Amino acid sequence: MAGWVEHEGRAVALPRSDIDTDQIIPARFMSASRSEGYGGFLFADLREGDAAFPLDRHPGASVLVTGPNFGCGSSREAAVYALVDAGIRVVVAESFADIFAGNAVNNGLLPARVAETGAILDALGTGTAPARVDLERGTLTVGGRDHPVELPDIWRRKLINGWDDIDLTRAHADDIAAFRETRAARAPWAMPRGA
Amino acid sequence: MSRTLLDRLWDAHEIVRSPEGASLLWVDRHLVHEGSHHAFAKLAERGLPVAEPALTFGVADHYAPTRGRDRIGDPAIAKMLDRLTENTRAHGVRLFGLDDPRQGIVHVLGPEQGLTLPGLLVTCGDSHTSTHGAFGALAFGVGATQVAHVLATQTVWQTKPRAMRITIEGTLGPAVTAKDVALHWIAALGTGGATGHAVEYAGSAVRALSMEGRMTLCNLSIEGGARFGMIAPDETTLAYVAGRPFAPEGAALDRAAEDWAALRSDPDARFDRDARFDAADIAPTVTWGTTPEQALPITGTVPDPARLDGARAEAARAALDYMGLVPGRPLDGTPVDQVFLGSCTNARIEDLRAAARVLEGRRAKVPGTVSPGSMLVRAQAEAEGLDRVFRAAGLDWVASGCSMCVGMNGDTVAPGKRCASSTNRNFRGRQGRGARTHLMSPVMVAAAAVTGTLTDVRPLLEGRA
Ligand code: SF4
Repeated sequence: MAGWVEHEGRAVALPRSDIDTDQIIPARFMSASRSEGYGGFLFADLREGDAAFPLDRHPGASVLVTGPNFGCGSSREAAVYALVDAGIRVVVAESFADIFAGNAVNNGLLPARVAETGAILDALGTGTAPARVDLERGTLTVGGRDHPVELPDIWRRKLINGWDDIDLTRAHADDIAAFRETRAARAPWAMPRGA
Repeated sequence: MSRTLLDRLWDAHEIVRSPEGASLLWVDRHLVHEGSHHAFAKLAERGLPVAEPALTFGVADHYAPTRGRDRIGDPAIAKMLDRLTENTRAHGVRLFGLDDPRQGIVHVLGPEQGLTLPGLLVTCGDSHTSTHGAFGALAFGVGATQVAHVLATQTVWQTKPRAMRITIEGTLGPAVTAKDVALHWIAALGTGGATGHAVEYAGSAVRALSMEGRMTLCNLSIEGGARFGMIAPDETTLAYVAGRPFAPEGAALDRAAEDWAALRSDPDARFDRDARFDAADIAPTVTWGTTPEQALPITGTVPDPARLDGARAEAARAALDYMGLVPGRPLDGTPVDQVFLGSCTNARIEDLRAAARVLEGRRAKVPGTVSPGSMLVRAQAEAEGLDRVFRAAGLDWVASGCSMCVGMNGDTVAPGKRCASSTNRNFRGRQGRGARTHLMSPVMVAAAAVTGTLTDVRPLLEGRA
């Protein structure tokens, strides 16, 4: 996965709280292979019959600004695939569900925690505005105003470097092997019977 | 220094910690279901094997047909099941497939088989993995990238969550269950109330719960934003674990029990957050909206958005619109179209027994489905004659799987239909497009079946033990 430091695009508002991953991608689409592309499934049920759905009114927007607790519910990474495949690079919200945020970072999508999201939503209304994210500085600029992004260091490093965890972890192969031995000695019961 | 249960479990599994503060943790059990196809595909891309096939277990549940298992009509569903079979076979991973008499929902099967034990770290590509924390295990759901990572390395990167304690003291009233406790605290603290935290449940009402009840409580932790729910193991835990097929036995069990006795928070341990509830304040609870925090006692009335503040008012308005409910109307008496008793939250034997107690000698006024949490639960229920109670009431008694909890196998609620459900998510469209879900306990589902409405189960249980 390619890393990135800055992103420029257009921001659009989806002013709802608690958007769960079932809404981001309904379960019935989840048997597709990733290569088939998940973009068309994004918000499938919310969009249907809603001609004014923000992402349809403003195709090409890449910064989605939304309400708190975004991505709650099912751990389905397909929710992140749908956003990424639809061209979303940054989701801005006051808060995110933990599993969603982790999945997002693993796919190069920034879950940008911004305390002033409410003001941004108000300013955007049903329109769009130019937006810019700078991971090094940890800022989001929308419509010319800077907002600090709350960004754990580990996320910043992963996004910037496009790190792949499996490769990173394999560098710890000796530590893992040693730990496995110690664990087996200290907690022999932890091995399933018959294993 | 005093430590929490979380500290103890974390330290026992931490291999290294990165400069940025992420821990590389050892995984004792990795459970995979049909949704693992993305992860296996990532493994295949790199030509990697499964690092520890003996610690990896496959379960067919999300797409498991509950009717007509031998002839799966939908090719997309058949493909999902076949892929799981192929992936587990190719990597030497044991699979509890559709033809296995032990098949069931992953979070029911793991504990039932003794795969889940105190002190273990359990991961699964499913958010309700928090269920296994009921044993004093560190258990959490992960996404596909992390599933691939666990498959490849038997480890997982995690940043340690903050520690939160939810204490429930006192005695739960009649017909008040672990489900009600969970909906009660989530309604009080919100769906994001425990985000970033690992919740340890404590207090006399929690200690008094059976393992089934504890699993229900820990299962729903994720609906309050916590990835982890946990309860310190005790005699109840030990009694449940002993004799399970994959659990230690004899001297190994004695040794384990000694280790498990230390799995608790010190009396003076510090929690980043503490919340307390009085068991006596908790009533049979139902959800009225589209998030689990939109829940009220069954004696309540549909809330008026005009009396709520800002964002909550907006959310309530949208939820009532979707749910087709009018503010001010009593919840009790709201007609339902169907009922569903199932899911990893509430389809264990105790849940079925309790629901059968309500249904015994009564007819359901609306159609409904009962899908046991596992095929072993199903067999046990049949041995106890519970299936006859459900059938006599007019409900469908079907095979085990996630079924109408998520609708992936084709069991869905039709658009606009209202379902009284023992599941865990009342999200828009969760049980099917346009489906209207009310979450509640199994006995409340049974009561809804009998009356054809949301209703207080308590009068229906009078005179019944
Ligand atoms: S029963 Fe529902 S919540 Fe539980 S694992 Fe299956 S889909 Fe997930």
